[in-house]
Amino acid sequence: MRYLPHTDEDISAMLEAVGVKCLDDLFPTVPESCRFIKEQTIPGPFTEWELNGHMDLLAKKQGVSSGYRRFIGAGSYEHYIPASVSTLLGRSEFVTPYTPYQPEISQGTLQAIYEYQTLVARLLGMEVANASLYDGASALAEALLMAVRITGKRKVAVSSAIHPHYRRVAETYFRPSGIEVVTLPCLENGRTDVATIDQFQDLAAVAVQSPNFFGCIEDLKGICERCDSNDLLSVISFTEPLAYGLLKNPGRQGAHIVCGEGRSFGLPLWFGGPGLGMFACRTKYMRNMPGRLIGKALDREGKSGFVLTLATREQHIRREKATSNICTNSSHCALAAVIYMATLGGTGMRELATLNRDKSEYLKKELRKAGFRIPFDAPTFNEFVVEFPTGFEQTHKRLLDKGIVAGLPLASFYPAMAGKYLLCVTETVSRNDMDELVREIRS
Amino acid sequence: MSEQIASTGLVFDEPLLWERGRKGRQGFSMPVRDVEEFPLDSALLGDLPDLPDLSEPDVVRHYTRLSQWNFCVDTGMYPLGSCTMKYNPKVNEKVAALEGFTGAHPMAPSSLSQGVLKLMYDLEGILRDITGMDAVTLQPAAGAQGELTGMLLIHAYHRAKNATHTKIIVPDTAHGTNPASASLCGYRPVAVKSNENGILSTEAVSAVMDEDTAGIMLTNPNTLGLFEENVREIAQIVHDRGGQVYCDGANMNALMGMVDMGRTGVDVLHLNLHKTFSTPHGGGGPGAGPVCVKKHLEPFLPVPRVVFRNGAYGMDEEFPDSVGRLHAFYGNFGVMIKAYSYILTMGFTDLKKASQLAVLNANYIRKALTGVFHLPYDRFCMHECVFSDKFQREEKIITLDVAKRLMDFGFHPPTIYFPLVVDGAIMIEPTETESKETIDQFVSACKAIAREAKETPSILKEAPMKSKVKRLDETSAARRPCLAG
Repeated sequence: MRYLPHTDEDISAMLEAVGVKCLDDLFPTVPESCRFIKEQTIPGPFTEWELNGHMDLLAKKQGVSSGYRRFIGAGSYEHYIPASVSTLLGRSEFVTPYTPYQPEISQGTLQAIYEYQTLVARLLGMEVANASLYDGASALAEALLMAVRITGKRKVAVSSAIHPHYRRVAETYFRPSGIEVVTLPCLENGRTDVATIDQFQDLAAVAVQSPNFFGCIEDLKGICERCDSNDLLSVISFTEPLAYGLLKNPGRQGAHIVCGEGRSFGLPLWFGGPGLGMFACRTKYMRNMPGRLIGKALDREGKSGFVLTLATREQHIRREKATSNICTNSSHCALAAVIYMATLGGTGMRELATLNRDKSEYLKKELRKAGFRIPFDAPTFNEFVVEFPTGFEQTHKRLLDKGIVAGLPLASFYPAMAGKYLLCVTETVSRNDMDELVREIRS
Repeated sequence: MSEQIASTGLVFDEPLLWERGRKGRQGFSMPVRDVEEFPLDSALLGDLPDLPDLSEPDVVRHYTRLSQWNFCVDTGMYPLGSCTMKYNPKVNEKVAALEGFTGAHPMAPSSLSQGVLKLMYDLEGILRDITGMDAVTLQPAAGAQGELTGMLLIHAYHRAKNATHTKIIVPDTAHGTNPASASLCGYRPVAVKSNENGILSTEAVSAVMDEDTAGIMLTNPNTLGLFEENVREIAQIVHDRGGQVYCDGANMNALMGMVDMGRTGVDVLHLNLHKTFSTPHGGGGPGAGPVCVKKHLEPFLPVPRVVFRNGAYGMDEEFPDSVGRLHAFYGNFGVMIKAYSYILTMGFTDLKKASQLAVLNANYIRKALTGVFHLPYDRFCMHECVFSDKFQREEKIITLDVAKRLMDFGFHPPTIYFPLVVDGAIMIEPTETESKETIDQFVSACKAIAREAKETPSILKEAPMKSKVKRLDETSAARRPCLAG
């Protein structure tokens, strides 16, 4: 076996040094009653060549972009990944170390993640960002838990226009500890009805997503101001960080905690994971933050470097009083994001974000022209809701057979939204693709 | 070859990213605009993002230089205890990058995702078989989220029986994340001490297990690298008083094909695909923390679950007793592919052999370093062995100094100061992918360092000397944190 370096002679010499006769003798502390005795059914071993063939077959069963035009986002947006980003990410020195516990020989990861924290904080308009959490959903759960810790209140309000999966994850985290979640309804225009928060007492935080699940850009300034006047924390979630290449960021509009999914920045879709939980807040809440943090430090000779810092918040030191149980996070994904952001730059980020919005606006316009209703009139970024006539399920299916995924039906997430579909357009979709979609829907 | 395999070479200083930026540069191939412009309401328009502009060669050189400051498994032995820093096979990366996988959209109809779903379904089956458990969820994104899932399952199981508990037993040899995971479920961890042999006694568990205790969180092998020999009896005690047994399976690399976790009496077990199943650690993730359960806990597993019905794979949300959802989508599929690829490459026989050799390597180190470092529990270990700095402290040399000096010899230091049950712990996990020669070099380095500790202790205090930066002042960094530039 090519991964196992031991020759028979090595094994004999080592067994002798340990003082046993055979490999099985190394397990005297395992009682007979715990031994593995059943018949094994695990496939393999495969040669490298056989493995490639097997995996190719599985991969070919997939309907992916080369054969399909997909107009779906819903928390997972398809963007082009530059070859330079993938190449840098593939470097062994980034792929095969672990958490930089020993800073002297981990400065590469440490500086890169420090740069990540900095660029995330700048993009979101916040003061500090952490080194990453698992994904946007757990980041929302952690943000709300943080708000509960800060305020001492055990009730949170969550917009119904936050990604339904994110809300479910937050509820899963909260259920055993009894943190109460109230859901805020939406207005006719697709935005959250934040006025409803005034009716709740003892809220720790209000969470909204922008752009929200329907693609609508929330009135973050209004929401943050209302939170301030009610003396509670504003938690701003997002699923598409590219939006802040164009839109006013949450920090500028007064957000206390910002959390979301960063997968759009340089990571493949990979069926939704690994993702990248981006997390940022105001400095005054820094010591209540979950997750790893990297900070500047000086070495003995006065040379500047980086270390994991504020570890006293963390599980291995504070045990059950830690700000989170997270240990392994999404470090390599954070690296992808910072390399991607560096590759785009501020100018490129603005240009790409604008292109995403304009393409999406083009499809919206064409669909409107074709007679379909856009039910929400709040402004959107790169996805939006369309209402199709009764019986559209059949058209959707017919298009699927032709290799077109004509949006995500919303009825399974919101039963009242039968006939409404969420459509997404990124830079990977051409005008021809959009024209064809409209043509096919009409035919 | 000299004792010190580490050498010095040309390493570059590199400024922070934004110090390299110049407005007007561009590193991205911007798609051609094929639609008109749609003006945006100025109330929504943000400032230009404050990110530096760089060319593609700028970015490549910057991050290539940074990468060269890292120690990694591909450069040298990385015996970080409880982290299983084994070799990360390259073919796994290749197959994970197949377009069918990288381009799989999580919200696409399941008819477009049959390959992905089959892989997940089959991986669940394999993990079930190798652990001896009855059902698996692949959803948790890392070990600690797997632990949380385990606690949620136990909580839901008790809730279904209308039972409430406030406590959970956590031994002093459990993983560091365990108490924090338990407290998210409202359980107060109750500490139990391991016995003079470094394992849990039935008496210790019996003394604290009561009707107000939801169960126990075992780590097996524990963080001393020792197999919990009384696990079945302990499970019996916990079950008899209505509790459930959670097992932290982060150390499963010692047990593949040797131990049937199902037979040890545990009800829930998490695995770390990034440890046992060779997926890379990525500088701190992403990982994956599947959870395996016994039949009675299956109804509570997170949704959606992968199902195979009427000749097709799909995702099913309809499990009314489920604890809910842990991930925005289905977990870290990109990591699952690599673990699956590893398992198929190894097959059962070589997985078993991997565990045996991991245990052989650890015991070989244990024997070779006995007397060099203090060995608090001198018995057969599993995949890792734990020493302390007791001998060196006479010369005012502590574990940290030994760890830093190991870098100069070309090795990543072991896990240090953990487990807490050993004062000044040095926790060494070689894994099966290190050869006898490499381990012999590591042992020589340790012996040389122990000699230095006696003869020239100041060298250890100054270590590391060959690294790009010297010892960093972590205390000042935490006092006045600078977290962004």
